[in-house]
Amino acid sequence: MSQTTKTPPSAPAEASNRVTLGWSNRLLARPEVGALVAAIVIFVFFLIVAPAFRSPASFFTVLYQSSTIGIVAVAVGMLMIGGEFDLSAGVIVTTAGLVNAMFCYQLGINLIVGAVLSLVFCLAIGFLNGYLVVRTGIPSFLITLGTFFVLQGANLGVTKLVTGSVSTPNINQMDGYKTLDAIFASSFKIGSVTVEITVLWWFLFVALSAFILQRTKIGNWIYAVGGNADSARAVGVPVKAVKIGLFMSVSFLGWFVGMHTLYKFDTLQAGNGIGNEFLYIIAAVVGGTLLTGGYGNAIGVAIGAFIFGMTSLCIVYAGWDPNWFRAFLGVMLLLAVMVNLYVKKLSTARKVG
Amino acid sequence: MTPTRTRKSLTVAAGMATAAALALAACSSGGAPASTADAGSGSGAGDNSGYTFAMVTHETPGDTFWDKIKAGATQAAKNSGITLKYSNDPDPAKQATLIQNAVDSKVDGIATTLATPDALAGAVKSANDAGIPVVAFNSGIDQYQQVGAKMYFGSDENLAGEATGKRIAAAGGKKVLCVIQAAGSVALEARCAGVKKGIPATENIQVNGADDPSVVSALQAKLAQDSSIDWIVTLGAPIALDALKAMDAASSKAKLATFDLNVDAAQAIQDGKIQFSVDQQPYVQGYLAIQSLYLNKKNGNDIGGGLAVLTGPSFVDSKNIAVILPFAKNNTR
Repeated sequence: MSQTTKTPPSAPAEASNRVTLGWSNRLLARPEVGALVAAIVIFVFFLIVAPAFRSPASFFTVLYQSSTIGIVAVAVGMLMIGGEFDLSAGVIVTTAGLVNAMFCYQLGINLIVGAVLSLVFCLAIGFLNGYLVVRTGIPSFLITLGTFFVLQGANLGVTKLVTGSVSTPNINQMDGYKTLDAIFASSFKIGSVTVEITVLWWFLFVALSAFILQRTKIGNWIYAVGGNADSARAVGVPVKAVKIGLFMSVSFLGWFVGMHTLYKFDTLQAGNGIGNEFLYIIAAVVGGTLLTGGYGNAIGVAIGAFIFGMTSLCIVYAGWDPNWFRAFLGVMLLLAVMVNLYVKKLSTARKVG
Repeated sequence: MTPTRTRKSLTVAAGMATAAALALAACSSGGAPASTADAGSGSGAGDNSGYTFAMVTHETPGDTFWDKIKAGATQAAKNSGITLKYSNDPDPAKQATLIQNAVDSKVDGIATTLATPDALAGAVKSANDAGIPVVAFNSGIDQYQQVGAKMYFGSDENLAGEATGKRIAAAGGKKVLCVIQAAGSVALEARCAGVKKGIPATENIQVNGADDPSVVSALQAKLAQDSSIDWIVTLGAPIALDALKAMDAASSKAKLATFDLNVDAAQAIQDGKIQFSVDQQPYVQGYLAIQSLYLNKKNGNDIGGGLAVLTGPSFVDSKNIAVILPFAKNNTR
């Protein structure tokens, strides 16, 4: 204990243990970058193999296809960042349209009234999903699986009961149709290109979601709730309200696409929409959202939906044997996820220096 | 999205009653006619036989096609005082179980679809062993006798496809796009294969019939990719309406033919947007299946002379649509 000669550590080491990220790493650390790289790779690939894809008109068809998935995926992505699932998101789209169409047709009521009523109904379902999840603590996967089955059955049962058939009557002669058609299902021309209005709505919802997630207190709450709900609660985040709100935003955007489908096609088949819930989740995951919550962003989810829309249509543009459609789709999606993962690994490799 | 929306929506929910009240005031034209014609109803002044028949199908819930089969069966049951027990499951094993259920509950006769004859043969045999007559309808034309069904009522899908192909060839069609809305269905593949016999340059495309927007964009993409397509054949009436949207969006000059009918497709035929429909008359299939069981039970009759009774293909086009449209609106055609 007499070693007094020990030299004090000279202080060069301010930089020794700190992780510094260069601009490239900071860029790569963003959730959407992997998806963006994958999207560009797939885009270029199809530009090469599918001559019919090389036109602005085709591109906007792809955007339309992406938007019908992407709009609901915006909310599903936020919900997943908040650490929950919603398996009822696919059928609620059909429920929304059915409620509007049948209520108005059978009672001869202006469609706008029915649309509002349908919105209230959908928000109530979203609220119920969220309330049951936060109240019981049962995983949302199970709760919403329950609502999924209930809605699927009710869609068919109620429609059959009311209309005597499993599709709704044509509503395009009813009052309010023109207004709602203009809001939800119109399209306009820019030069030779037809732009569906859902594409614009999709961009708007993505921008709104990006703003909320990155720039507001509520966005921070969503990340906190999905990252670790207990810690979030401990620091004063209203966890229950955030989760219920997220479920309601899913049902809101589900309603929105439901309105689009109804006013674009004028009638609805009661069995539709089943299976789409997985497309929303796929879009979110391909876009870099973590299945476990707490990580992801709106742009990524939008790119995920775009990858899905592009792949599903470009197989057609390329003129490939349609029997292989699903197989191609699966391979594309796997590749997208792997590129995503690879880029993320690159970005999180710690550079100590 | 935000907690505030939660509270807001509660307020909205509270205002629902107000909305409903408003709604009643806000009348709209174009809704349901004041006196709705009850689909499939009619005078039930027939025999009061007291038989119980089971109808088992491979229906996937949510397809209007099956509504018509049921409407026909219900009408036949009503006419002859029959109690009809309907059940369905698209899964072959479960459909077999449903047939077995009917056998166990000692019904007087069974009408079943034979989409998957091999899977159902055992159940049909056990019905025969129990002395319960079985008739087949809608699908299974090639195997119904071998499986043990007495009679068959339905369309020949190959024949229907071939007839469609010939008709399109006669109208000058060169390249047909055949739209398959459900993967792995033998009947749908058979239709397209039949069309291909008439028009060798027929190409199939697989779409997801449960998602209308994706059907439209897929067809739109296909039309953009291959501008030589001059005819489109859809295999279900709702898909035909999606195809019309896609043709519109792609400014395609192609002509459209479809299998099966619904109100909107019938209207589109009258408006000249759909050239023709190949109807297999599902109402007749359901009606005859039940009626034949009744005649067999009551009077020992056998219909078809040992051969299948064909309910289709029956072509619906601009020439006969005026007669058929009211029936389509009535959900019976």
